[in-house]
Amino acid sequence: MKFDYMSKPTIIPIGPYHPLQAEPELFKLYCDGEIVKDVKWETGYNHRGIEKLSESKTFDQVFFLVERICGICSTSHPFAFANCMEEIVNVEIPDRAKYIRSIIGELERIHSHLLWAGLAGHFLGYNTVFMWVWKYREPVLDLFEIITGNRNSYAMFKIGGVRRDIPNNLVPTIQKNLDALKHKLDLLIGVVMDDPVIHARTKGVGVLTKQDIINFAAVGPTARASGVAIDVRQDDPYAAYPLVNWKVITAEEGDVFAKIAVRLLEMHESVSIIEQCLEGLKKEKEGDIEVKVKNVPEGMGTGRAEAPRGEVFHFVTTDGGYSPVRHKVRAPSYTNISTFKKSCVGQTISDATISLAAVDPCYCCTERMAMVYDYYNKKPILSGKDMIKLSQQKTEELKKKL
Amino acid sequence: MLKLGFKSYIFKKSLWLFHFGGASCNNCDIEILDCLTPRYDVERFGMLLVGSVRHADVLLISGSINQKDKVRLLEIYKQAPKPILVVAIGACSCTGGIFAEGNVFAGPVDKIIPVDAYIPGCPPKPEAILAGIFKLLKKK
Repeated sequence: MKFDYMSKPTIIPIGPYHPLQAEPELFKLYCDGEIVKDVKWETGYNHRGIEKLSESKTFDQVFFLVERICGICSTSHPFAFANCMEEIVNVEIPDRAKYIRSIIGELERIHSHLLWAGLAGHFLGYNTVFMWVWKYREPVLDLFEIITGNRNSYAMFKIGGVRRDIPNNLVPTIQKNLDALKHKLDLLIGVVMDDPVIHARTKGVGVLTKQDIINFAAVGPTARASGVAIDVRQDDPYAAYPLVNWKVITAEEGDVFAKIAVRLLEMHESVSIIEQCLEGLKKEKEGDIEVKVKNVPEGMGTGRAEAPRGEVFHFVTTDGGYSPVRHKVRAPSYTNISTFKKSCVGQTISDATISLAAVDPCYCCTERMAMVYDYYNKKPILSGKDMIKLSQQKTEELKKKL
Repeated sequence: MLKLGFKSYIFKKSLWLFHFGGASCNNCDIEILDCLTPRYDVERFGMLLVGSVRHADVLLISGSINQKDKVRLLEIYKQAPKPILVVAIGACSCTGGIFAEGNVFAGPVDKIIPVDAYIPGCPPKPEAILAGIFKLLKKK
């Protein structure tokens, strides 16, 4: 029989170590000619066993661990964990701590969106945009260094407040940097939104309809670009977000261009939130940044926070001891990555890349669960299902003991 | 005529870098990328991030190495043209850092392949990364 080469799909692997990606992950694009027919995602290159590690650390140490889930959203995870622990302890933090938390959260959103805009430019072949945007990102990192002492991984959060105060005499410096940043953002938005080539490359590419978003349960800017106005900051207000005026940015089209627009306009909202928080800081007493929490009672709690990529969810069970008994993390990319099945299929290979990048996937956030492989023959000996079965057995045994 | 050793001849100028991100939190990765962007701009020294390790003079490794990465790291080291300088960037690749006690951790980088320079920090600042690489070049 003659083998039909024409109808055999070609598999194009992207990854696991690909110049396109900063992080290790493997996409298999099943192509027919130049059209992508299916996408498969293989992961596990970034699994570190964080949930298990968390059970061996004290509550104060867990903050430093969850910070290192993801370096780009290194405030969102401690933010969600703090919300979660404060639900268990049932404590209301001082207003000054709320403002400081929101300032850090929003600065992080700006730096993350700028980082993404640069990478998106790079994927589209606009290296100028990449260099330009990353240059504008530096003042934001400088602000972080002024406020927290480190460019990334800020270590600002603790149960009941924050670790460092923002002294009132620092406010003018921050304001000055923000003004400069606002000017640069205006330039950037003007250039990107009016560029005919960017329009041609991104309009109508990787479209996700409102129904797709609901089906895949996507969150964050990915959902907001398709007209689904979900934002934890508004739906389940935390920190200083109820105390300031801001609005949720949405777009209707759902294509890559809409995602760019949502992210760029969100940065302006973030700047406005930070400015209002700085005003709020001036009214509060300096140094009133935490409530002392002596011990954590037995209980369960959930905490949410709006990361630059969407909703971060933490679930913690405590038993009155020093460390979590169970710690569950769900990062936004976990649901957002599944939309690739819709946004990439039917595109050409060249458009698939920007569609992949458009949801701002973050793999270090996502890798919480893994299969157990036999190390020598590479065969899976335990699948996810088996692991669930094992965990159920463990529960049964524990039930009998208690 | 200057008599130069083979190694010092190879690593004299225009180093090409290949970046291997293990199971990292991305912080070191973005700081490495930051080195290329206008404020730090390592390209003025002829350094370039390349897509394949076969073209590289320096192998930058960031992040802790888990069981799945270990196989790939060995593979990539095998593909690299020798001599190659291996630089471990960040606390995770130097020692394992906060993830050293994890259940999937496969040892710090120097237990898997020989390492020429360690740049500690979580994450190291771009200045520290540049300083580390130049110190390494001076030594060679």
